[in-house]
Amino acid sequence: MNNKQQVGAELDPTRRQFLVSSAAVGGGLAIGIQLPFGATEAAAQSAADAAEVGIWVAIRPDDTCVIRIVRSEMGQGTRTGLAQLVAEELECDWKRVTVEQVTAGRNVKSKRAWGDMSTGGSRGIRTSQEYVRGGGAVARTMLLQAAANEWQVPVAELKVAAGVITHASSGRTTTYGKVATAAAKLPQPDYKSIQLKNPKDWKIAGKPLKRLDTLDKLNGQKKFGFDLQLPGMLHATVKDCPVYGGKLVSFDDAKVKTMPGVKQVLRVNATTVGVVADTWWRAKKALDALPIVWDEGPNAKVNSASIAEHLKSGLTSDDAFADTNTGDAINAIAGATKKIEAVYSVPFSGHAMMEPINCTVKLSADRAELWIPSQNADASIATLSTATGLPQTQCEVYIQDLGGGFGRRGVQDVVGQAVAIAKNYPGVPVKLAWSREEDQSHDFYRPIAQCKLSAGVDANGNLAGMHIRVSGQSINAYLNPAAIIGGKDKRQLQGMWPEPHDAQFGYTHPNLKIEYAMRNTHIPVGAWRGVNTNQNGIFTECFMDEVARLAGKDPLAFRRALMAERPKHLGVLNAAAERAGWGKPLPAGRFRGIAQFMGYASYSAAVAEVSVSAKGEVKVHRMVFALDCGHIVNPDQVNSQIEGSVAYGMTALQSEVSVAQGRIVETNFHNYRVMRIAEMPKVETVLVPTGDFWGGVGEPTICVVVPAIMNAILAATGKPVRALPLEKQGLKLV
Amino acid sequence: MIQLNINGRPYRVAVEADTPLLWVIREHVGLTGTKYGCGVAQCGACSIHLNGQLVRSCSLPVSAVKATDKITTIEGISADNSHPVQKAWAEIDVPQCGYCQSGQVMAAVALLKRKPKPTDKDIDEVMTNICRCGTYHRIRAAVHIAAGSTKVSATEVPVTTDQQTV
Repeated sequence: MNNKQQVGAELDPTRRQFLVSSAAVGGGLAIGIQLPFGATEAAAQSAADAAEVGIWVAIRPDDTCVIRIVRSEMGQGTRTGLAQLVAEELECDWKRVTVEQVTAGRNVKSKRAWGDMSTGGSRGIRTSQEYVRGGGAVARTMLLQAAANEWQVPVAELKVAAGVITHASSGRTTTYGKVATAAAKLPQPDYKSIQLKNPKDWKIAGKPLKRLDTLDKLNGQKKFGFDLQLPGMLHATVKDCPVYGGKLVSFDDAKVKTMPGVKQVLRVNATTVGVVADTWWRAKKALDALPIVWDEGPNAKVNSASIAEHLKSGLTSDDAFADTNTGDAINAIAGATKKIEAVYSVPFSGHAMMEPINCTVKLSADRAELWIPSQNADASIATLSTATGLPQTQCEVYIQDLGGGFGRRGVQDVVGQAVAIAKNYPGVPVKLAWSREEDQSHDFYRPIAQCKLSAGVDANGNLAGMHIRVSGQSINAYLNPAAIIGGKDKRQLQGMWPEPHDAQFGYTHPNLKIEYAMRNTHIPVGAWRGVNTNQNGIFTECFMDEVARLAGKDPLAFRRALMAERPKHLGVLNAAAERAGWGKPLPAGRFRGIAQFMGYASYSAAVAEVSVSAKGEVKVHRMVFALDCGHIVNPDQVNSQIEGSVAYGMTALQSEVSVAQGRIVETNFHNYRVMRIAEMPKVETVLVPTGDFWGGVGEPTICVVVPAIMNAILAATGKPVRALPLEKQGLKLV
Repeated sequence: MIQLNINGRPYRVAVEADTPLLWVIREHVGLTGTKYGCGVAQCGACSIHLNGQLVRSCSLPVSAVKATDKITTIEGISADNSHPVQKAWAEIDVPQCGYCQSGQVMAAVALLKRKPKPTDKDIDEVMTNICRCGTYHRIRAAVHIAAGSTKVSATEVPVTTDQQTV
């Protein structure tokens, strides 16, 4: 009695009309974006009226330039930035640019012509900038050649600006739209044979252009994966065993299977039960009412205290590996005039993207389709193929824009669940969407870690040696054991590496030892915006302030003395200090803290201005950031990412994911406190690109947010904060 | 059968009385601009106006809404982004992922109706919606722009860009 058709039929004015109009918007007319969720129809449509000039550009007769994008858009602005890079070399009219998301199946069928589709590690632009600029240059070359052929003139005599080709001596002009069909038939040159522009000459890239995807986020027309509507669609939601490692024993569906709209209650896999219904709300209501018996297994005995003890053992054990071992740090510290030792700890953190985990799957005997807000289309299609047993050439993945990602949506756990459910409904699209509670309690958390740091200073207040021992959970051990070579998991020391280019330690010293002891738990861990630079930035940079105090030195001056061999780290540190007015008087009650760190091939520094009330209320008034990411494709979007990293980082000051009886305690925003507008400081940025490398933007600055604030708290109170969240230290963000 | 007035149009839906208004709007009426974020009135992604009042629709059972009540969703603010709040949001590219922004716009519209020239404190008190991308800095600036009070001190300018070479 409650099937979808009946619900639709009851609708008064115009469900049908709504579906039609929303489909039109999905086609992107209002916003200049073609999303391929019309499946093959959309692709066919774009191919029908646009000439493919190389693989990155298609041009319509009306001069519209369709630029292909393969990276996922989760708010970080990569879609606009990549389009700017292509358009720059293409020399087209930016006002006529639209973008088209390439599907994973199309990439597979094209022998991966578009390359890596994954979007993580702040790589979206920096690892593809050369070949997407090349793609624009290839298209420009072909379009100019087509015009030269038509006019029977040497191509060198042609000029192009904003998509208009001119032959000065004959006074002839044409446009990209007019020559595109002929250009598409020409051979494609290798982009490496074409000289790319010097970034100093950029007119479209490097400029603070408006995003291409803002407008439909303001009027409700934007469709996220959670909003996907397909004809005949069914809705599902699931509960996985609340204790990782536990199992689903049984469930009693007698009462819930007759609830309105419920189609099926089913065992999804060994640990998961699900409900399928005609609407998501009815599925969730039934699942909430379902009596379930779990076998929670031995992990049900684990809690935050037992995990802390486990990690503590790694601070002094003899199973650590030293990634840096210069001189003799241990004896240098032992023989120093003054010594200090400190133990820091950070808890698990959850991603808490605003859009809970979801995907939609439609299966038939010889074809599998997946609509998913995924950070990794390559992994999505591989998982779909494995779960269905169909080769990737019979699979298709339509990447939906993500309602936040932050690393969580690189993992494809939901795909296997959705396929298991959809196998029961051949030919019918099934959307599996998690509740907030499921999302919060089945995350891949930022790893828990502790760190013991020791240092000594000589009679002149100079550093005699430093010893850093990290103990904590390994992301690779959970998600990618093959990356651990010979038991040495370098990844957990990200930001403390001796090697240059990606996440190099910002200080050098004759006596320096940096080690990691792996201490895993049963809790899943994964990439969380900034990944291991978060805790390693806190450990290193907060301790550096403690050592500077021991030495009686200014924290900035003390750092500078150790950075002579790290000019780029020093460059951003100086830039942030200068903009912040380091050393200059502040209003009464305000104190500054400073930090620098490197991650994702970019250099970051921050200064925080903080006051702490007698009641322990911490107010962050202002933060100044300096970032050297080598090249800047859109300074306004770089600023957005820096601002966003402040909010995401500051959440880690005030909340934790804790474990009791083996399960996650914080299941929704009532007990997982996240930053709100009242706590947001003023943010100023100084962008100092040195132009000799390409670094990331989405993640790098987060690693200095928290240590800069913690160091300002130390300056204000004289007491170091060595464990988070702040509330457990008698402090509270306001 | 329950009667609703949404964005000035009448709807009749057959749903259980305890269905939250959010899910009626999304799944039975088909307007998906109003988002699910938490289901417990914490995040504000589901914000709508009920007779002009800002309401978190995930926690309001549809049975509590009368046929004569006027419901406004994000789709009813303006389809062409002509509302001053939408214009301000577009002017400084507030959204990142955009998932929370329907709720943020609904909260800002309600705030400005009540306080046409809000202070930062007014913004802190009303704009409590969660944004995990961290667009708060620009939301604050955009509310001031929408209020027409853009003559603010230098530190309140939404974006500070300073590219230099070292």
